[in-house]
Amino acid sequence: MLNRSIAACFAAASLVALPVQASEVEVLHWWTSGGEAKSVASLKSSLQKRGVSWQDFAVAGGGGENAMTVLKSRAVSGNPPTAAQIKGPDIQEWGELGFLASIDDVAKKNNWDGVLPGVVSDVMKYQGKYVAAPVNVHRVNWLWANPEVFRKAGASIPTTWADFMVQAKKIQDAGYIALAHGGQAWQDNTVFEAVVLGVGGAEYYKKAFVELDMKALNSSTTDEVFKVFGELRQFIDANAPGRDWNVATSMVINGEAAMQIMGDWAKGEFAVAGKNAGTDFVCVAAPGTSDGFTFNVDSFAFFQQSDVNKQSAQKAMAEEILGTNFQEVFNLNKGSIPARLGMARAKFDTCAHDSMNAFVSTAQSGGLVPSFAHGMAVPGAVAGAITDVATNYFNSDTSPADGKAQLVAAIQAAM
Amino acid sequence: MHQTVKKQSVLDLLEAWLPKIIMAPTTLAMIVCMYGFIVWTGALSFTKSRMLPQWDFVGFIQYEKLFANPRWDVAISNLVVFGVLFIAISLLIGLVLAIFLDQKIRGEGAIRTIYLYPMAVSFVVTGTAWKWILNPGLGIEKMVRDFGFTDFEFRWLVDQEMAIYTIVIAAVWQSSGFVMAMFLAGLRSVDDSLIKAAQIDGASAWQSYWHVILPILRPVFFSAIVILSHIAIKSFDLVQALTGGGPGYASDLPANFMYTFAFNRAQMGIGAASAMVMLFGVLAILVPYLYSELRGSNRG
Repeated sequence: MLNRSIAACFAAASLVALPVQASEVEVLHWWTSGGEAKSVASLKSSLQKRGVSWQDFAVAGGGGENAMTVLKSRAVSGNPPTAAQIKGPDIQEWGELGFLASIDDVAKKNNWDGVLPGVVSDVMKYQGKYVAAPVNVHRVNWLWANPEVFRKAGASIPTTWADFMVQAKKIQDAGYIALAHGGQAWQDNTVFEAVVLGVGGAEYYKKAFVELDMKALNSSTTDEVFKVFGELRQFIDANAPGRDWNVATSMVINGEAAMQIMGDWAKGEFAVAGKNAGTDFVCVAAPGTSDGFTFNVDSFAFFQQSDVNKQSAQKAMAEEILGTNFQEVFNLNKGSIPARLGMARAKFDTCAHDSMNAFVSTAQSGGLVPSFAHGMAVPGAVAGAITDVATNYFNSDTSPADGKAQLVAAIQAAM
Repeated sequence: MHQTVKKQSVLDLLEAWLPKIIMAPTTLAMIVCMYGFIVWTGALSFTKSRMLPQWDFVGFIQYEKLFANPRWDVAISNLVVFGVLFIAISLLIGLVLAIFLDQKIRGEGAIRTIYLYPMAVSFVVTGTAWKWILNPGLGIEKMVRDFGFTDFEFRWLVDQEMAIYTIVIAAVWQSSGFVMAMFLAGLRSVDDSLIKAAQIDGASAWQSYWHVILPILRPVFFSAIVILSHIAIKSFDLVQALTGGGPGYASDLPANFMYTFAFNRAQMGIGAASAMVMLFGVLAILVPYLYSELRGSNRG
């Protein structure tokens, strides 16, 4: 009896493990909404053409927290998926834990070092070997503006933070909300990041918020950053706390508010509302950041597989992801730009063209920096500490000096 | 003859063992899934685990980090404010409603159901509804302004200092009906002859409630406080739905802090430490309760 039930258990277990076909990838991701789901479907179909079947492992939930929880439990139980949507320094953490597989031979064969900018490929490598493939590049430091509101208020689109205060005042006096904003921690942090880059410049940004250099963090530039950030409080309406980012975007779309600072995923909201870039809405770099580019790169990291067939399927998938076809289709749907340089641009809109130009030029000038508000620059603990300070500062009347002191203390505690 | 005796003894054996056999899987699941994981979490809180469990023991460092974190201070002081106000106001409203309902009024059944209804919706629904009601641009403030009082302000939801009180409002709305039901049951079980005796002695209604009935309701108070206080400590969904912990992190409660650090921030060690602190908070309430309950049943 006991023996039989043990045998039954084994049979059941092997049934679960059995349906591994000749060549299959199981992919964990959280791209389940409209345009994103379409983007994933295109990868699925191009893999099927190569005889690799796709087993979808989608775990919904915006920022991917649910997906990460599932991934951790799968990895700990020794059964990780073939690939998972992981980005930024998390790739290093997974690499350190020894879960990731090298796809360096695919990368060498397809000259990834040649087609990816160095800052991006660094993120994809663990100990010098590619373990992940980038699918897109989001630019975070965008300012979305409604030109109609600007015309009515007699204001012009600001290019520096000093000018921003002047123009925002005009807009407010004309009876509009100057800055559409959603008071959620990550949105507060997104605006904070734009201020850091606009006020401090790329050099300061890298020293203070990527390398976490205490001298830079303690410098007077940080005071200035907090001063400007604090001045923005007055240009936001009272209902902002808790508002979702797309609701804030719709305030710009329907002319209630003049501007929003948000990554290029906001473009999708304008597109859905039937608005055209350049005429109905304007996309410019956030004030003072026209020679900077805070990037947020989504990527798939590859997990070690013992099955040879699975390994080859994994490599086919890596190759497809950086293929020109997928990079184009995916990013047209997602609103971002291809991670791969030198792609055909005809199908992309003007905002994407601006983004591509800035991507290339900032990669050379050094203005291309990872976004700390979107988990690209520093480990989770430090990023969380910065978020806490930024959101707490923005929602209170803390003085710039106290804000700086809190930031330094929080980063030190989290390191 | 011999056979029947044997048969009976097998049945007896079965009768003796059957409950144990049936309970065994549940007991095992309890031991593993509750107490096992409590021990596991406790052990994790002494390691330097970040994204995944790692078994490098580092002593009390995670607890030191936890108590040095300003966000944890906010969460703990919020819990005190929330817990005290939520329990006190729920008890007061529940008791008053129960006393009024106990005056043998017409339509008691309908009214009782109406007051109990909030208990039937989840905290997420309560939170979302109150988020709209309290939003300055949608809810109460806009309504009163539309009536013509254009200077009216009610902005607790978006005010860092006051946001925690909006959570008290929503939680009280949800739970006071339940407290009312408990008190109502208590009031109904009070012996009528005691009240009559008090009336004969010339006690006013107020005096008979204060000196006779409320002291009899002591056990009900106690159960209500225990139930409400563990609702308070566990509160997570209400905060998540109503304020999302904001503005900033001003309305965070310990459960939200724990979730954020353990699952969003890859700081499992601190998350586990905060979970342990919460567990001891619950135990501090539960142990005296269990003690008095057990002592009571022994006496009875």
